[in-house]
Amino acid sequence: MTEEIIIAGFGGQGVLSMGKILAYSGIMEGKEVSWMPSYGPEMRGGTANVTVIVSDERVCSPILNAFDTAVILNQQSLDKFESKVKPGGYLLYDPNGITKKPTRKDIHIYTIEGAQLASDMGNSKVFNMIILGAFLKLRPIIDDKNVEEGLRHSLPERAHKLIPLNMEAVKVGKDNVKQA
Amino acid sequence: MGELKLMKGNEALAEAAIRYGADAYFGYPITPQSEVIEYLSEQNPYERTGMVVLQAESELAAINMVYGAGASGKRVMTSSSSPGVCLKQEGLAYIAGAEIPCVFADVVRGGPGLGTIQPSQADYFQNTKGGGNGDYRNIVLAPASVQEMCDFVALGFELAFKYRMAACILSDGAIGQMMEKVVLPDQKPRMTDEEIKAKYPWAINGRKNGTQHRIITSLDLDSAKMEEHNIHLQKKYKEVEEKEVRYEMIDCDDAEYVFVAYGSSARIAQKSVQLGRAAGMKVGLLRPITLWPYPTKAIDALIKKGVKGFLSVELSCGQMIEDVRLACNGRVKAEHFGRVGGIIHTPEEVLEAMKKQIIGE
Repeated sequence: MTEEIIIAGFGGQGVLSMGKILAYSGIMEGKEVSWMPSYGPEMRGGTANVTVIVSDERVCSPILNAFDTAVILNQQSLDKFESKVKPGGYLLYDPNGITKKPTRKDIHIYTIEGAQLASDMGNSKVFNMIILGAFLKLRPIIDDKNVEEGLRHSLPERAHKLIPLNMEAVKVGKDNVKQA
Repeated sequence: MGELKLMKGNEALAEAAIRYGADAYFGYPITPQSEVIEYLSEQNPYERTGMVVLQAESELAAINMVYGAGASGKRVMTSSSSPGVCLKQEGLAYIAGAEIPCVFADVVRGGPGLGTIQPSQADYFQNTKGGGNGDYRNIVLAPASVQEMCDFVALGFELAFKYRMAACILSDGAIGQMMEKVVLPDQKPRMTDEEIKAKYPWAINGRKNGTQHRIITSLDLDSAKMEEHNIHLQKKYKEVEEKEVRYEMIDCDDAEYVFVAYGSSARIAQKSVQLGRAAGMKVGLLRPITLWPYPTKAIDALIKKGVKGFLSVELSCGQMIEDVRLACNGRVKAEHFGRVGGIIHTPEEVLEAMKKQIIGE
């Protein structure tokens, strides 16, 4: 099993930390992982993306041009990465702010109302965990208990009290992913 | 087995310095390797092992602190990125002349000049051909994973002390910034002053009880002595060339065409090999681990086994290709491919270049 994922959106949406939690969860699952950011001089409001690879084998290139799954959180990222999904692959996006919807017919397209659901939960910071939950529903590559372990390893100790809230967000994501 | 963690390459380098018993790190922050000094500052190494971490006022100060502390037989390290490493070249030439062991890391960004903060491999010439003055060499290790960013700290110190010279860990912004699984070693104790005195008779650490005075310098105005010193250095470099070449071959057994790539480009080219093999092409990868000394004999052996061409893949306009061509010596085709300016080539582009430039459609 090798899952090559791009997560792309605005800086400040938690794109990089979602990737980190996914990678750490992969380690807890006993997989090989890589996490390759592309943020450079970008800041809040700029674009940010991260390539995460979770595999049974040693990861070769951490930098890719084609992905099994694209997790898309803004229009620019959709424009940039829709064409980079491998035929038969998955595209998951949050329709909030999307004006030009994806058009490909040879990939599986799903939506998750991450921003809306986070707001319903009363905490905009769990947005990225809702997205992670939606991704894991589509691509069940990591068990929930290992996601929880991944959180424990990637969050500083003072934030460990928030793990149940984050796992709740993962569940909300899993329950609300929809075929586009 | 040691501790398993998900870390950035830069963080793994810093943690390895603490765990492998480094005595001191002197540095000055610069993107894309600022995590090294950030991480060290956060970790309180002085409390963990007694290791000194100091942010110097400049790169020049940092490298000269390395010179001073290294002369006393301590395990000393510094790191920087491309323009910062330029500033350290004067100190590195002095370190070579004075035969001071030390480890320095260059987490390369695009150039020339201030260039860009994105990854690049355009410091190959600077580090393998000697960026400072005089006839000297530095051992150059090229990590291709976060694990190797950790492991090469130990290897760098081992070689630096074995040959009394600087060992460079030549990384790049991609390896420095990416996160991977890393198995960290158990904490090794720092050497005591008594151990250093017993092990390194050249080190200057206080003249007591009638011992001979020791001199550490790169200066000698007596030409005959200076020539003798240079001959001694060359003899040492020759020994390093004979004994310390390291490389990895991937799918080269039956390969007709071989990518030569190090660091992040080696990781990308490894994917190109997979893509090529899936399409029925007999391609392989030679990954130099030491860039100096260069695995010239490995290329020679591949040619003798029937390899018909090499593609040197680097994030530069073509630097390592010169060493590949020297090894080929005109016998087979050797060309360069690489994106620059902070753009990273994709596995597909690299494979396409092999088809176009070497195999021919």
